[in-house]
Amino acid sequence: MKKKTLAAMLMAGAMCFGLLAGCSSNGGQTSNPPASDAGTQESQPANQGGGFDVVTIKVGGIGPITGDLAQYGTATQWGAQIAVDEINALNGPIRLEYDFQDDTGVTDTAVSAYNKLKDWGAQVIYGCTTTAPCVAVAAETFADRYFQLTPSASSPDVTSGKDNAFQMCFTDPGQGTAAAEYLKSTGLGSKIGVIYNNGDAYSTGIADAFIAKAKEIGLDVVATQTYPDDKTTDYTVQLTACKDAGADLVFLPIYYTPASLILAQAKQMDYAPTFFGGDGMDGMLDMDGFNKSLAEGLLLMTPFNAAGTDERTKTFVETYQAAHNILPNQFAADGYDCMYAIYEACCQLDGIADMDHEQLCDALITLFTGGDFSVDGLTGTSMKWLESGEVSKAPVVVKVVDGVYVTQ
Amino acid sequence: MKKINKNSLNGFINYGIVIAAFVILQAAIGMGRLSNSLQSLLVPACCYIVMAVSLNLTVGILGELSLGHAGFMSLGAFSGIVASILLQDLVPMAPLRLALSMVVGAAAGALGGVIVGVPVLRLQGDYLAIVTLAFGQIIKNIIMVLYVGVDENGFHMAASSDHFNLSADGTAIIKGPMGAVGVTKLASFTAGFILILITLVVVQNLVNSRSGRAIMALRDNRIAAESVGINVTKYKLMAFVTSAALAGAAGTLFGLNYSSTVASKFDFNTSILVLVFVVLGGLGSIRGSIIAAALLYVLPELLRSFDIAEYRMLIYAIVLILVMLATNNEQFTALMGRVGGWFKAAGKRIAGWLKSLGRTESKGKGGTTNG
Repeated sequence: MKKKTLAAMLMAGAMCFGLLAGCSSNGGQTSNPPASDAGTQESQPANQGGGFDVVTIKVGGIGPITGDLAQYGTATQWGAQIAVDEINALNGPIRLEYDFQDDTGVTDTAVSAYNKLKDWGAQVIYGCTTTAPCVAVAAETFADRYFQLTPSASSPDVTSGKDNAFQMCFTDPGQGTAAAEYLKSTGLGSKIGVIYNNGDAYSTGIADAFIAKAKEIGLDVVATQTYPDDKTTDYTVQLTACKDAGADLVFLPIYYTPASLILAQAKQMDYAPTFFGGDGMDGMLDMDGFNKSLAEGLLLMTPFNAAGTDERTKTFVETYQAAHNILPNQFAADGYDCMYAIYEACCQLDGIADMDHEQLCDALITLFTGGDFSVDGLTGTSMKWLESGEVSKAPVVVKVVDGVYVTQ
Repeated sequence: MKKINKNSLNGFINYGIVIAAFVILQAAIGMGRLSNSLQSLLVPACCYIVMAVSLNLTVGILGELSLGHAGFMSLGAFSGIVASILLQDLVPMAPLRLALSMVVGAAAGALGGVIVGVPVLRLQGDYLAIVTLAFGQIIKNIIMVLYVGVDENGFHMAASSDHFNLSADGTAIIKGPMGAVGVTKLASFTAGFILILITLVVVQNLVNSRSGRAIMALRDNRIAAESVGINVTKYKLMAFVTSAALAGAAGTLFGLNYSSTVASKFDFNTSILVLVFVVLGGLGSIRGSIIAAALLYVLPELLRSFDIAEYRMLIYAIVLILVMLATNNEQFTALMGRVGGWFKAAGKRIAGWLKSLGRTESKGKGGTTNG
């Protein structure tokens, strides 16, 4: 009897587990054509270009396209895909072959995905999307000598001690410091509250640097509140603490899903400070069922504005929307820029056809850190890289006005 | 000669399978026939095999449902990482440092096992499941806010970054939600193989000992076992702590296989994953756990090779359900039993044939000496 119940319980548990795994994978994937296939097919028959030798560089991407973090991984996957398609359509001497492997946002799976890409013959690694897997993979690429460019893994741990790892996004401390400086210079908010996710490296990284910088330059941080993970649904305790402390600006270095709940719950309790967020907020306006009026007046730091009016952004947004039916966010834009950075760097190298991944890695490192190399992209113009692997580009603050971003 | 009993024979077959698998895989690596992606799966697969075998001790042999096995793995992983970094200068030899770290990890796991086990094992059934579930979450949340580092002033540990006053040239080992970064990779497939063998020796000898019989008696009928004077708490604790210690050692090996490890990896899902390995391999069957853990861990990675890579997690889930249905299907188990019977019959025939061969040979020998 007891054994039977036990067995039944276990079966039910296993089934739930199976269902969960199934659902997330399904949700992330049904709406798009298999992107990696499109990439390989594109690059095969492209040899009709003309009198030069076509060199195909194999770029292997890693990111979560199933699981809790799938929304970020698919954005980097699709954004990069658009760049690859554009580059290959140029019929230039350099073509990109692109394969993207799922890491479910987990360290060990990311390392397996990386090894899979190694077997495939990748020459450059594009990824990972999230920080913790990226740190693990960067240690592997460093040892194996692969050039790695991540669109969105923003911790300094990703690049520290590794000459081969470069970032397209701001580092977390860099963003926290920039946020504090921006608030100081604009004089927004006399008393500042901070709510962040202390179970998340991205959120904690920004918050720690912000608080440290705020102390240094004399901003008045009156409340520091935390929550353990992004599955939290009730933020009234944290908001009440900020309200009681009299905060008239609340800094939210968090992702948009919890942030949307915070905005709604602040509204319910008649608490209307200025909310100020990091680049993780980007994407909130496109959430299903999100009431855009809640975000009115929200300030956020994002390198990419989908409402931008320049030709390149417009084309990118149109292509992305046509393929996937949603607006691209900064993850997608970072992914797009990564591919162009890799492509433009490869174009400047001599004798690339004979290079193996180690020589390519060293050549790219020399180029990226040389000081003369810069890339124009969707997330910044003439972006350069420091020796540490950090990108240097200007942070942009946007404000939500009538449901669209307005650059401040 | 004493006749080998069925249980120890079973045990020897398990050692044989593991050793054969190790030799074949090593040979494949040596000949360059094993792809990078498969090679990278060897160490984590070893960890999960140890996890599954050790959880089987709690769930299959002791008969108590534990939903927090990943918590012990987490304890082992982070304490092992800390130990390996602290020992860096004292013990320059990597395999020895790995072994010492694994001992520390096992001790941490065992300590966790005692802390959870002593109050809870007096309870039965569902209560243990609930408490172990909570334990797993607590460990995860503690490590997420834990800052550990070492500098010239010694060892630092704090529960938030404000109180973590590490000097500028100190090494931060665990950085709260960022987890442990910059870990020197020490783990190797050989170490994983040895850990599996040690696990098998410990678990199989425990199961076949007097204590093991007492543990199984508790599982089958607690009241009857108590009535013949078996100390319930002692034997339950024995199985539970052994299981936790082995999980801790597996965690250390896992943690030292990657340069970064985060606490959120060892969440409820990981506990359930290991439980799935145990249940699908067969409760109480050590060999089943080994095979199920190895196959089911590698499967989602193998599915990357096909065009259906986008659906690999969905397929993985379906495979799990199919295995579950198959192993619970009477006709299927009967079929497997028949297949097993053939093997057994064939084995007997070979054994008989060898014996008769030996007999004729010795007879022949006898003949010559006589002559």
